[in-house]
Amino acid sequence: MKKDIILCGVGGQGILSIATIIGEAAMQAGLQIKQAEVHGMSQRGGDVQSHLRISSEPIYSDLIPLGGADVIISMEPMEALRYVPYLKADGWVVTSSVPFVNIPNYPADTDIQAALAQLPHVVSIDIDQLAKDSGVPRSANMVLLGAAAQAIGIGYEQLASAIGHVFARKGEAVVGANLRALALGKQSSGL
Amino acid sequence: MKKLLLGDEAIAQGAIDAGLSGVYAYPGTPSTEITEYIQHNPLATERGLHSRWCTNEKTAMEAALGMSFMGKRAMVCMKHVGLNVCADPFVNSAMTGVNGGVVVVVADDPSMHSSQDEQDSRFYGKFAMLPVFEPASQQEAYDMMAAAFDYSERQQLPVLMRVTTRMAHSRAVVSTCEAARPENPLNYDAQAANWVLLPANARRRNDKVTAQQAQLEADAVASPYNIYSVPAVAQPPYALGVLASGIACNYVQEALQMAGADGMLPMLKVSQYPLPKALVRRLLGDCERVLIVEEGQPFIEEQVRGVAESNHILGRLTGELPRTGELTPDVVGQALQRAGAPWATASAATPDTPLVVPRPPALCQGCGHRDVYAALNEVLREYEHPRVFGDIGCYTLGFLPPYRAIHSCVDMGASITMAKGAADAGQWPAVAVIGDSTFTHSGMTGLLDAVNEGTDITVIISDNLTTAMTGGQDSAGTNKYEAICRGLGVPDEHLHVVVPLPKNMAEITRIIRDEINYHGVSVIIPRRECIQTLKRHAKKQREQ
Ligand SMILES: Cc1ncc(C[n+]2csc(CCOP(=O)(O)OP(=O)(O)O)c2C)c(N)n1
Repeated sequence: MKKDIILCGVGGQGILSIATIIGEAAMQAGLQIKQAEVHGMSQRGGDVQSHLRISSEPIYSDLIPLGGADVIISMEPMEALRYVPYLKADGWVVTSSVPFVNIPNYPADTDIQAALAQLPHVVSIDIDQLAKDSGVPRSANMVLLGAAAQAIGIGYEQLASAIGHVFARKGEAVVGANLRALALGKQSSGL
Repeated sequence: MKKLLLGDEAIAQGAIDAGLSGVYAYPGTPSTEITEYIQHNPLATERGLHSRWCTNEKTAMEAALGMSFMGKRAMVCMKHVGLNVCADPFVNSAMTGVNGGVVVVVADDPSMHSSQDEQDSRFYGKFAMLPVFEPASQQEAYDMMAAAFDYSERQQLPVLMRVTTRMAHSRAVVSTCEAARPENPLNYDAQAANWVLLPANARRRNDKVTAQQAQLEADAVASPYNIYSVPAVAQPPYALGVLASGIACNYVQEALQMAGADGMLPMLKVSQYPLPKALVRRLLGDCERVLIVEEGQPFIEEQVRGVAESNHILGRLTGELPRTGELTPDVVGQALQRAGAPWATASAATPDTPLVVPRPPALCQGCGHRDVYAALNEVLREYEHPRVFGDIGCYTLGFLPPYRAIHSCVDMGASITMAKGAADAGQWPAVAVIGDSTFTHSGMTGLLDAVNEGTDITVIISDNLTTAMTGGQDSAGTNKYEAICRGLGVPDEHLHVVVPLPKNMAEITRIIRDEINYHGVSVIIPRRECIQTLKRHAKKQREQ
């Protein structure tokens, strides 16, 4: 088993919590993990990405080679496109469909949708709306994780148990909301 | 015990488990998480290990030396440019030597993700004649801490531990030991004469440390971290061999794994310096060509090449690898290919999407620095050639649109002193903008220079009550800025505190204008909490 995953978004959107859950689940499954994170300057509203590698074999590099990623999981549609050079020819993109516009020259949404449509496997979801409608507005990132569950090669149950673990400290209500969000994402991905 | 740890956290846990008594540090990406981990670690709290932030890297290094003098183990952490700030005590710590072990952890930032330059700290280690450790994995980083403290005490020298961004900020599963070693007791065996660096003592120590270099190199040759491995099947001479240091080894291994060529190249992994020359000679003797792969500047490559031009030693200086910037599996794969490893395959990347535009970092919405720049810009529009000397922190982002408000940013504290130099040259208005943490780090001494000469500058200390850029650490001078400025001799009439909010714009612009027109040193302190720490505090309160 070997999966290379690019997690991306805009500083402050919560990609590191997604990484934490996948990392915890992978560790429980006894897999090897390497996860390169971004801390520092770009967290101030800039583009952020994390290279997450899980494998049953030893992993050497902390970074994924170009063309090596099985999945891009993105909290933002233009950010998903930024990392396409990392994607395998038959890789998956699972992204939020909602643009985060904090720059004056943000491209037209239709152009972004068109560019995404050219990729072979894309799941694009309005995770913010879904999370809001289901009463878990703070867990949009877990909706995205749920949608990507099938593509990352870790069992859904293992992700759910990792959520239980990681959020335990914050109380049952928080765990429950995040589990609901995860389930919601899984359903809506159509995978 | 198995834990999923950042490289920084592995270092912190390794230090605690090695019987650390204190960490001394000033925040700086990518080193900050080492100290933060210790601040939140239960055993560290139970033992009362020192972990409070220091005012700057120099005070940190000196405090650690003091702790070592008393026999205890101390660690100093900083980003690479911090080593410039503490270069004086760092280099002289080789002359004093240590009593309790000292490990100086420095995190370099090749490709400058969050830094002003790409300097390679290994040069400082060589310059100071100190041993340098450079781990290749998070596990090795953890294991090395105990080894480094032991080695420091055995050699009675500080050890420099050098990591780079991808080691510091990447997580992996690390096996840690069950029980932490106890702290060292106080110990009065340190030879006081070694610690008094009068020339007579320093000369004696200099001879000793110089003579010690042969031993340090022999230890590096025998080190379990420096490994020479040759292919199991083939015999020398090999067409190509690799010398890789620290995490550069991983990129080479990755390229080999991708090509199904594991173990096919002779490889010397270097993770402990001084450079183990005997191992390097073996590699050179066994191979027709050697590719040198190192994260950072060509530190090993220059030593191996010397001045003799050689077609056999390849790397950053010969163009196989890019001359600058951090390594990636892709550039290392390409370098192997160029160096004549035909099996190394360049990966097939999907082309860039031209649509994607850069998304640079920006000041947060609602940040007080925004109001400061808005006011400053409004006033300075009235002058033909105003100059604003900036400094390092979130407020450096004031260089970018929409403010485009600063004309310089060099190193921590340089705003005030550069404004002074410009004023000395005849510039007016000369304005300095500096953050609260940066002011106590290195701004106070420059302000004293300006006060002593009555220089015509206007200093703005933009106080957000925290060290925001690095994630909101406590700032050493909080609640003390007026007193500090007064103490340095800034007159009360020219010392103002304002609240940077749009509704106060009229008052703030009036004060700035008046103080520019006052021909002496004035200080304006706009003070409002960073909105990130404000949110965090509010959240904490809700949770309680
Ligand atoms: C010598 C040195 N040490 C540490 C750093 C890392 N660093 C950059 S900005 C900064 C914090 C500045 O804090 P402050 O002056 O309060 O400004 P703020 O970010 O809060 O606006 C630090 C620690 C550095 N660039 N140089």
